[in-house]
Amino acid sequence: MQIKVNEQNYALTAGETVGEIRDRIKPDADILIVNGFPTQTEALLQSGDQVVLIQRGEIPNAEELDALLTARHTPGVHDKVKQTTVGIAGVGGLGSLIAIALARTGIGHLIIADFDIVEPSNLNRQQYFLDQIGLPKVYALHDTLARINPNVRVTSCHLKLTPGNIAEVFGHAHILVEAFDVAEQKVMLIETFANRFPDRPIVAASGMAGSGPANTVQTQKVAGNLYLCGDGCTAAAPGTGLMAPRVGIAAHHQANAVLRLLLGVAPESKEA
Amino acid sequence: MKIVFNGKAKEIQTSITIQEFLDQLQLDCQQLVVEHNRNIITRQRLAETPLNDGDTLEVIHFVGGG
Repeated sequence: MQIKVNEQNYALTAGETVGEIRDRIKPDADILIVNGFPTQTEALLQSGDQVVLIQRGEIPNAEELDALLTARHTPGVHDKVKQTTVGIAGVGGLGSLIAIALARTGIGHLIIADFDIVEPSNLNRQQYFLDQIGLPKVYALHDTLARINPNVRVTSCHLKLTPGNIAEVFGHAHILVEAFDVAEQKVMLIETFANRFPDRPIVAASGMAGSGPANTVQTQKVAGNLYLCGDGCTAAAPGTGLMAPRVGIAAHHQANAVLRLLLGVAPESKEA
Repeated sequence: MKIVFNGKAKEIQTSITIQEFLDQLQLDCQQLVVEHNRNIITRQRLAETPLNDGDTLEVIHFVGGG
């Protein structure tokens, strides 16, 4: 009889309780979870049960964490994503969310680049915190990512991306995410990267301002290797601000497009 | 001559560069990504790249926000 204890296989003896397993494997554990539900020590275990033993306040080691974090993933996803390097150009409203979504997904390596500093006005939509005001965004985000999943390698580049440094900064990226704010900068980045690395996909965003319908934000293939997320037309402008819900929708369209590309599924298709 | 512009056949004059074509349509190329025959081209090359019969041209307009 096999069960899983903290995502590792374990041979169960008939009649064993979760308390006995706890005493043998992790005596300090004070939270016992069987098949997703908190349980008392005397609960009997059965073949196929999933047991998680947690010590309150203790941080799991890297191997345990990897197994626990990916336990809810679709099978096979983790092995593919952990081999991958994704570049994120700009870590504001789009990029900070995309980085967090990809770190939670277990991407092997993220390259994040931005020249900007965390300001109070960023907190309306960007994944930063009050105690990070004044820090370069890439370093603040690096800390946050390490708090979520320290197994993700993060390369932080605190610089302004230009046609002269984009190929160097993102030279190892299998996929580039465009997460800038200014339209001309989006165009500059895409032109530069596509010319240097024509075979590598770019996932860009355009049109996510305001509080228009969520359902007009879409993922489309707009050129050979260029995918565009957004409604395509709603610019940030006086009277049309950038707010957490819709920017977040576009950001997660981008993160999902990256995941689908890594799994070999066309981001814009209806395929499951 | 004929090109395919944003997925549709379009009759255009001969001896015209991509830049001249975009100017005629009054498109602001600062906010456009231009794909010519399946390759994204940089803005520096727009003025030096002629359009030929049968070419495909896609322009993708970007708006600000992120």
